[in-house]
Amino acid sequence: MEKREFRVTAETGIHARPATLLVQAASKFNSEVSLQYQDKSVNLKSIMGVMSLGVGQNASITITTDGDDEADAMNAVAETLKKEGLSD
Amino acid sequence: MRAMLKGIAASDGVACGRVYRFVEPDLTVKKRTITNLDYELNRFHQALEAAVSEVETIETRATKSLGADGAQVFSAHRAMLQDPEVIAATETKIKVEHLNAEVAFATVMNDFAQSFLATDNTLIKERTSDVHDVVKRVTAHLLGVTLPNLALLKEPVVVVTHDLNPSDTVSAASKYILGFVTDLGGRTSHSSILARSLNIPAVVGTQTGTQTLMDGDSVIVNGSTGSVVSDPDQAELDTAKQAMLDRITNMKRLATLRNHTTTSRDGVGVTLAANMGTASDIPNVLQNGAEAVGLMRTEFLYMDSEQLPTEDEQFATYRQVLEKLAPRPVVIRTLDIGGDKPLPYLHQKQEANPFLGARAIRQSLAHQAIFRSQLRALLRASAYGNLRIMFPMIATLDEFRQAKAIYDDERSKLTTARVPLGKIKVGMMVEVPAAALLADRFAHEVDFMSIGTNDLIGYTMAADRTNQDVSYLYQPYHPAILRLVQRIITAGHTAGIPVAMCGEMAGDPIAVPLLLGMGLDEFSMGAGSILKTRQLISQLNAKDLQGLVESAVNSADTSQDVITMVQAAVPDLTQA
Repeated sequence: MEKREFRVTAETGIHARPATLLVQAASKFNSEVSLQYQDKSVNLKSIMGVMSLGVGQNASITITTDGDDEADAMNAVAETLKKEGLSD
Repeated sequence: MRAMLKGIAASDGVACGRVYRFVEPDLTVKKRTITNLDYELNRFHQALEAAVSEVETIETRATKSLGADGAQVFSAHRAMLQDPEVIAATETKIKVEHLNAEVAFATVMNDFAQSFLATDNTLIKERTSDVHDVVKRVTAHLLGVTLPNLALLKEPVVVVTHDLNPSDTVSAASKYILGFVTDLGGRTSHSSILARSLNIPAVVGTQTGTQTLMDGDSVIVNGSTGSVVSDPDQAELDTAKQAMLDRITNMKRLATLRNHTTTSRDGVGVTLAANMGTASDIPNVLQNGAEAVGLMRTEFLYMDSEQLPTEDEQFATYRQVLEKLAPRPVVIRTLDIGGDKPLPYLHQKQEANPFLGARAIRQSLAHQAIFRSQLRALLRASAYGNLRIMFPMIATLDEFRQAKAIYDDERSKLTTARVPLGKIKVGMMVEVPAAALLADRFAHEVDFMSIGTNDLIGYTMAADRTNQDVSYLYQPYHPAILRLVQRIITAGHTAGIPVAMCGEMAGDPIAVPLLLGMGLDEFSMGAGSILKTRQLISQLNAKDLQGLVESAVNSADTSQDVITMVQAAVPDLTQA
């Protein structure tokens, strides 16, 4: 299992567009991928789950990947966060 | 069955073809208890699959016409349709609660929509509308009804609808739309403006179009006379087809003028510009050979949303517009909103006379935080193109000075912060008669003036043109209006600044000879009128028109007098 923490830098937080891209990235892998924000954890392959968290700017989120391709999944998610200007 | 409908002639030209009803079907669902669970699960998955493939088609189309950004909303829809949590929860509801698929899926999705609304992120709250769209699409498949979508058109049709909304993304489908018939709306409603800018014949306000016309009916739409005929006879079809062909030939001829500048027969150059409502108008502006944008409205940024747009969101839009249209000058008008176009999230007061109330610049000066954020976004975007900022509804010099001081203040703050800025001109819209009368005093302090004829006529004649009982007073050629227009142009030229016009009048074939004769520098109009106007101006002698202007301004008594004078002066060119 891999676990990494990110701080959301984008002014608009994780809204529809970044959520779609994160879900698309996570869905490519077999591993279970989850996003934890405050006391809630959701499946990162579920756009409805991700959006229902309403992650805003400066939020601290934790991504967990668990499975045979967990390292690749984590890299893909981190890459998307960075590319979309969501996180450093 | 043969039927005749009469509506408002909203966009010129004749179209004939088959009816496509763009009307939402009845999607009411009843809660049922399911006995055959496998059958219901199967039905659910088939509906999802069908919905996914439909959204993929729309996405592909939208990517082609709007680019990846414009199509982004459909990738979100696809992700919602393929959401593993939603699918699992719906399956559970079917299996455990024995609910029918329609109700099970809608319940799961609506629960998520509720949690969107419970967040603090307003961009997410707004997306509940997408959740509802997705539910509708799946429900339609489960009920076996078709959800009409313009992006799914495969052949040319006449679109029949209640009214068009900005969200209908008509532009993307325009090549398959021969004509429009709507139940609601007038000449200045969204449907009409859109049809004119896309050069699609349209008849609006038919009241009963969607009830009378059925899918596949043969129909002739005459956007010049406002008539719609269904099931026409052969002779009528032949005439209509000839008119369509003539129109296409004419449009092709006009298209050759796309990359030309605009010059009168005797060599007087003017600028033909486009009016824009949203960033999605850009391709149409370019296609119609606009040399500039004389009016970009910014209301859509505020109205299509449930909260104020952030500075960054505005910056991104302005930057995109300026970049894509560079090096053309683009006049962006600051927020023109008030009691008549209220924003729910601003909690504006109810006013007895909204058109005489706290709108446009009055609103901006009273709520400076909103105004300042818009100015900062504009200033930051200025580095990416040729920006001109215009303040609407200026009545007094004090108002202009106050607005300009706020602009200067934001500008110097950004300069101190070393934000790169472009060269910006700051001007005003002349649409309040008081400002028109004092144009010579304003002209010393502004970089440019643009005559907003729609409001100038309304305020001068004291008549609301959307009120049918007094709409006869909306008379652009009235000598009183012409005197004001001439006064503004002369004032601008005396002070050495350019004068533009950005109302419907600027593209009106009767008004154009008068405006050219008066020396107007820039004509800004719906993009669909640009090429016609370029052709008209190329056939006019600006010098010869000065006599016409002189008599229209000084010795006409009525609007009809002016029309008669123009038609006598340029007989072959001004038959609208």
